[in-house]
Amino acid sequence: MALEILTYPDERLKELSQEVEYIDDSVKAFIRELEQTRIAGPGAVGIAAPQVNVHQRIVIVDVSNTRKPCDNHGHMIMINPETLEWDGMAMGREGCLSVPDFTGNVIRAEKFKCRYQNPAGEWIEIQPSGFEARAIQHEMDHLDGLLFLDRLVSRRTDLFKRKVYK
Amino acid sequence: MKWSVLTLVGADQPGIVAQVSQVLADADCLLGEASMMQLANNFAIMLRVRYPDTVSLYEVLTPVAQALGLHIHIDEDASDNGEQPEPDVHITVYGADRSGIVAQVSTTLAQAGLNITDLETAVSGSRDKPIYIMTIEGTAGRGVTALQQAILQLSDDIEVHLVEIETLRG
Repeated sequence: MALEILTYPDERLKELSQEVEYIDDSVKAFIRELEQTRIAGPGAVGIAAPQVNVHQRIVIVDVSNTRKPCDNHGHMIMINPETLEWDGMAMGREGCLSVPDFTGNVIRAEKFKCRYQNPAGEWIEIQPSGFEARAIQHEMDHLDGLLFLDRLVSRRTDLFKRKVYK
Repeated sequence: MKWSVLTLVGADQPGIVAQVSQVLADADCLLGEASMMQLANNFAIMLRVRYPDTVSLYEVLTPVAQALGLHIHIDEDASDNGEQPEPDVHITVYGADRSGIVAQVSTTLAQAGLNITDLETAVSGSRDKPIYIMTIEGTAGRGVTALQQAILQLSDDIEVHLVEIETLRG
């Protein structure tokens, strides 16, 4: 069953989420509900636990099915995700299930390295880039009480597409 | 309550936004989407305003507009506050400045199905060698490929780059 999604200005979206210590059956059951909620959201490539008022460090990201195909690691359930390194900046347009009817430009790291635990508790390290890196950063922000509204840049802020000189 | 689109233009000076928005707030007007910017030594406000049927926007604004030297233009706006089209392409254009760049680019892109949602331009570079820079966002009504093909038809003296916008929802 899809869970109720908190929408801004609900203050609970600004709370810090706690680390998951034990990935037990109740956590796994919650992850299933979180995934059903993501799928029910219109075109959502990700969702974070605090968006459904569960303040645990869990996000789901899946950019394998976008209109414009992009590099991806498939469907990821990311528990206790951590950023290890990041590089480059890119601007992109974002919207959020928790901020209906608004999209805006946000600058994110172009690529980064992160690690997370999968539902089996194993640590996985990945180096996502582009759209997938953006999606993971967007979801990880939720765990720290940040919305893309906190990172909006003006329409006039433009990062020209880099030309590669050979 | 009804909506209008309000345009105010005049010589730039500090306090235009503050004074205009204050008189609107005092008259129980609600502000919607707005675009406000310096254009050389001018300041231009384009603003959607929602206000009670009993209010005359023109009367509300005339004193402050006269004090600040602003021209007022008001259009009633019958459209509701519904969803805006989501831009799916971002196009940057630049080149040595000459007349006709905007006309050439926008005509070619319009014929290929582009509906512009946002357009910004600037003249930069040195005084004797100015360059023209334009960024466009819009919806590709006939697909991105049609736009990419149209861009190939544009003259060689301007650089045109199209990037697809994939809006992230999370």
